[in-house]
Amino acid sequence: MDEKFDAIIVGAGMAGNAAAYQLAKAGLQVVLIERGPNPGSKNLSGGVLYGRSLERLMPDFWQTAPVERAVTNHIISFISGEAYFNVDFKTGIFGRAPYNGFTVLRARFDRWMASRAEDAGAMLVTGIKVEKLLREGNRVAGVVAGEDELRADVVIAADGAAAFIPQEAGLRERIPAGHIAMGIKEVIGLPREVIEDRFHLAGNEGTAYSIVGFATQGVAGGGFLYTNLDTLSIGLVINLEELLASRLRPEAILDDFMSHPMVTPLIKGGKPLEFGAHLVPEGGTQMMPRLVSGGMLVVGDAAGLTVNNGFSVRGMDLAIESGIAAAEAVVEAKSKQDFSAAGLSIYEKKMEKSNVMADMHTYARAARFLKKERLYHAYPEFLSSLMTNIYRQDASPKMHLLPELMKSLKTSKLSLFDLVRDGWEGVHSL
Amino acid sequence: VNTSGLSSKLAINKYNLDEDHPHIIVNEEICRAVCEDLACLNVCPAGVYSEQNGKIIIDWAGCLECATCQVACPSEALHWVYPRGGFGVIYRYG
Repeated sequence: MDEKFDAIIVGAGMAGNAAAYQLAKAGLQVVLIERGPNPGSKNLSGGVLYGRSLERLMPDFWQTAPVERAVTNHIISFISGEAYFNVDFKTGIFGRAPYNGFTVLRARFDRWMASRAEDAGAMLVTGIKVEKLLREGNRVAGVVAGEDELRADVVIAADGAAAFIPQEAGLRERIPAGHIAMGIKEVIGLPREVIEDRFHLAGNEGTAYSIVGFATQGVAGGGFLYTNLDTLSIGLVINLEELLASRLRPEAILDDFMSHPMVTPLIKGGKPLEFGAHLVPEGGTQMMPRLVSGGMLVVGDAAGLTVNNGFSVRGMDLAIESGIAAAEAVVEAKSKQDFSAAGLSIYEKKMEKSNVMADMHTYARAARFLKKERLYHAYPEFLSSLMTNIYRQDASPKMHLLPELMKSLKTSKLSLFDLVRDGWEGVHSL
Repeated sequence: VNTSGLSSKLAINKYNLDEDHPHIIVNEEICRAVCEDLACLNVCPAGVYSEQNGKIIIDWAGCLECATCQVACPSEALHWVYPRGGFGVIYRYG
């Protein structure tokens, strides 16, 4: 293959597929390279696919895409050793078109999305790994993939959280452990009807749990549990720096989480189908690489585009949005035949104006807030003690809520000052 | 380290093993000279790393390709790349 492409996209995940589809639709010659035997075979979902960015690219995608369930039920669960306190929210609005978000399984979903890009005219190459970048002067000019040298005006790095390509291009430094998390998950099989009964779902409705507290044995991070059609995705996202400091083994934390009394009845009788791990960027704007250099753009997880505010963990919708923006920038750069860093900087401008960066800035302080040790020890215990006291009937006389709260606070490791300050910071960072 | 639970977790996964092409190589000299905490032994979710007679042993066949070890290795003693195209773990669900 010695022809020259308009664009080479490294990685057929959400961002790469979105960019490939958009570029092919605009009539550009684009090749999408995936190292896995199929698109999605190296990818894991640890979140909900919020639908707005994909809908912009592929209207009514849910009618044909292999989505699992439309998430109608959002549950935040604070767990301590043997208690839990859930905030359980459900709305029918999220269960109707245009739907708020879906659970997805990436092996199926990414394959479908890549095939849409192929239908639009993109060339998909699977089972081939990009070994390194080709350069001409100080700009990126293509890639070495397997045995072949492929050249293009632009290389789009959509190679995921480990971001080896942007590192090779000098766009990002080695990723510090504090800026990344380990996602670890199991997929568990259960009959459809069991899932629907157990999680109070009708039809294709779905539940997303976000679990804070002893899920991670005090290590900064949280648990998740999502209902798919006939499987559950259950796992943890654990800050790597904190995991290293704890010296705990990640799969042991996962095992303990799965045997917590809040979790066991939810996964009971399930058949383990898959065990996986993946890095999750969580350094926010601090960890973002430069997005553009001569002949190269960085998108999706490789660009560190994730938002976690404790309620929702987002990455896939941001990845799609960045893929669309990158494709639009390449189309404009092509019309001017300027693929220098300056010519491609349209991408940065588009991103800065997008909802992606707006949300990245809004939640810039969320990651630091969510690292507070109190969230993982003191608060779950305080909540558990407060609720226990509210419901317990014993020989002692009952108290009103305020003195009850002060009593639980006194026996906890929290001060009133902590509560007020964390509450204030919480409502401003999350 | 009790890894029996871990082996049964890994056993349900699908892999296309690239025999004779390890994608992880450890530089023992750097390990011995500068590494004090051997983060790789604990942090790998697939238990790829173990220590035998002071040497790091790499059982790369079970690697989940998360690259956590590569970020965690404080001494940068690991040469870690993705397996060759088409090989390694194949997530059927994801």
